[in-house]
Amino acid sequence: MSTKIKLEHVSKIFGPNPESIIPMIKEGKSKDHILNETGHTVGVYDASVDIKEGEVFVVMGLSGSGKSTLIRCFNLLNVPTAGSVYIDGEDIAKATGNDLKKVRQEKIAMVFQHFGLFDHRTILANVEYGLEIRKMSKEERRAIAQKNIELVGLKGYEDQYPSQLSGGMQQRVGLARALANDPDILLMDEPFSALDPLIRREMQSELVNLQEKLKKTIVFITHDVNEAFKLGDRIAVMKDGHVVQVGTPEEIIEEPANDYIVDFIQDIDRSKVFQAKHVMSEVRVTVSLEETVNTAVNKMREHSVSSLFVTDAAENLLGIVSIDDAVKAIKQNQTVNDILRRDIEIVGEEEYVHDLIPKSLQTKYPLAVINEDNKLQGIILRVHLLSGLISDTEETAEEIQEE
Amino acid sequence: MENFPDITTAIGKYVEDFVNFLASSWAGFFDLIFFIASRSINGIDNFLVWLPWWLFILIILALGWYFQSLISGIVFSLFIFLIGTFGLWADMMTTIAIIVTAVVLSLLIGLPIGILMSFNRLASNIIRPILDAMQTMPSFVYLIPAIFFFGLGNVSAIFATLIYAIPPVIRLTELAIRGVDEEVIESALSFGSSRWQMLRKVQLPQALPTIMAGVNQTTMMALAMVVIASMVGASGLGEQVLISINRIDIALGFEAGISIVFLAIIIDRITNGVADRFQKHRRINK
Repeated sequence: MSTKIKLEHVSKIFGPNPESIIPMIKEGKSKDHILNETGHTVGVYDASVDIKEGEVFVVMGLSGSGKSTLIRCFNLLNVPTAGSVYIDGEDIAKATGNDLKKVRQEKIAMVFQHFGLFDHRTILANVEYGLEIRKMSKEERRAIAQKNIELVGLKGYEDQYPSQLSGGMQQRVGLARALANDPDILLMDEPFSALDPLIRREMQSELVNLQEKLKKTIVFITHDVNEAFKLGDRIAVMKDGHVVQVGTPEEIIEEPANDYIVDFIQDIDRSKVFQAKHVMSEVRVTVSLEETVNTAVNKMREHSVSSLFVTDAAENLLGIVSIDDAVKAIKQNQTVNDILRRDIEIVGEEEYVHDLIPKSLQTKYPLAVINEDNKLQGIILRVHLLSGLISDTEETAEEIQEE
Repeated sequence: MENFPDITTAIGKYVEDFVNFLASSWAGFFDLIFFIASRSINGIDNFLVWLPWWLFILIILALGWYFQSLISGIVFSLFIFLIGTFGLWADMMTTIAIIVTAVVLSLLIGLPIGILMSFNRLASNIIRPILDAMQTMPSFVYLIPAIFFFGLGNVSAIFATLIYAIPPVIRLTELAIRGVDEEVIESALSFGSSRWQMLRKVQLPQALPTIMAGVNQTTMMALAMVVIASMVGASGLGEQVLISINRIDIALGFEAGISIVFLAIIIDRITNGVADRFQKHRRINK
């Protein structure tokens, strides 16, 4: 994946003379030091991030950590005091006038926390706005707006006004309005924070579905850790204007950069971050349909396991044989096929641990993890699931030992 | 006891000289304004008098019904009918013509000034004290230069009315545009709106309800000036009040006075109704 947006040493300072503070930042003076000495507030402190094309990049942090200031540097609603903002390799940080308008009209659209809808316009006219600004003809923009309203599931509401819609529906309008411009980049500033939890979850899932179709580059701001880990391909954690860590959800959970992040991710539901492929163990041994039951029993003894997955010659997963059945089968001279049990639970590599737990309770055999080609990739025992839920910091390891 | 020292400043004299200077060297300019204003007043006046009386009453009924309720419409048209029975029909029309002209001019001048002030702190800081002065300066004082510029008559009345009535629409226009939700402005900007697009498509429509409140206030203040304005020769209901004072005519005084009150009620309710119309789709849950 190529880099879509690149921030290089971006700082945003608020105060009477922001430029004068840049040397202090280069010297590495702290945010508090600068505030006490000069009265200037540092919104974003020397941030550098790469955002890849088509990924959902989540910026996570508590309120006041500078995440909203940072996202506004991408479309120059905040002009960075120093640093460069490259979009498709072009530095827009110094763009003004028509150049800036062009970038905003064609490349980037934004969704706001409190929706930012124009309440004097109908839903249709709201969604049309970005196209109207670009002087597109009425018929053309109407058709595009209509398509996007249907995309977000608001067909039939075109002629209503924003005040007539619920919060969740209003944010759908915000999303449709942003998508109507067909931007490469979608900036979302805490878009679901103002919604109640049920609607929030629904909107999150819908965004995931939409993103599968649209493949936009999304920069998503949130203070909700679970939301960040649910949506983010990669996550940047911010604190006091600094970008403290950037990584995939798994990387951040497994190697938090500092105590702040450890604190932050404490409440995270790990079962919704880790997938089957993260917790499964390697398949050390299988038995093929052509082999004898004796071979199967020997293999089980050798690896001290009580069951074996059975594959055909092409290594497609067929089922499982257990040690009890195998021992009986030897006496009765049966083949592997005779004692093959097909009622195993098969799961995909990318299924979340959260969804695996009920499946593992339904069967006494390990879960079989397969890839898209139906090839066996690994097995998951219940103990794998449990250990996947517990963070592997030393502290918890000690706790377990004490028990 | 020490008396105040013998120092005099002749600021009043300077103002007088300045007014004289304006009246003589800008005569062409004031003649043009006079021409436009008097044509506008006469045109509206003639049209209103030309309207059949029952049609005018029906129009008032319809406006009252549309912007308030059927009962309001009936009450309003009853008021108008009563004014007619006082024998003040033509005077009422002249007063309406003066007010309409004054309000339209107020908007033409006031809206751009309000918009300028909302965009420019410096302009705002300079103009605001001038507006304060315009509202607190006793209105009789600027009747005098009005006569210098336009002579006795309806145009002087418009000038005086304008000075008194224009501040609310300017103030509320500035306030309304500054008060547009920050996120709405940001979202318009994020789509690449130009400054003009932003003003026309977002800021003005968003500000409209508050601006309409300013228009309502300006109209009411213009109506409050009709009696004072008649001192520089404005005809209409104000003139009748003035005449009744001179003649100590209680009956005429009451009839002309209550007519002004009726007009005030009708105009206030209808302009308020217009403002509410713009308010209709606004966010209730905010």
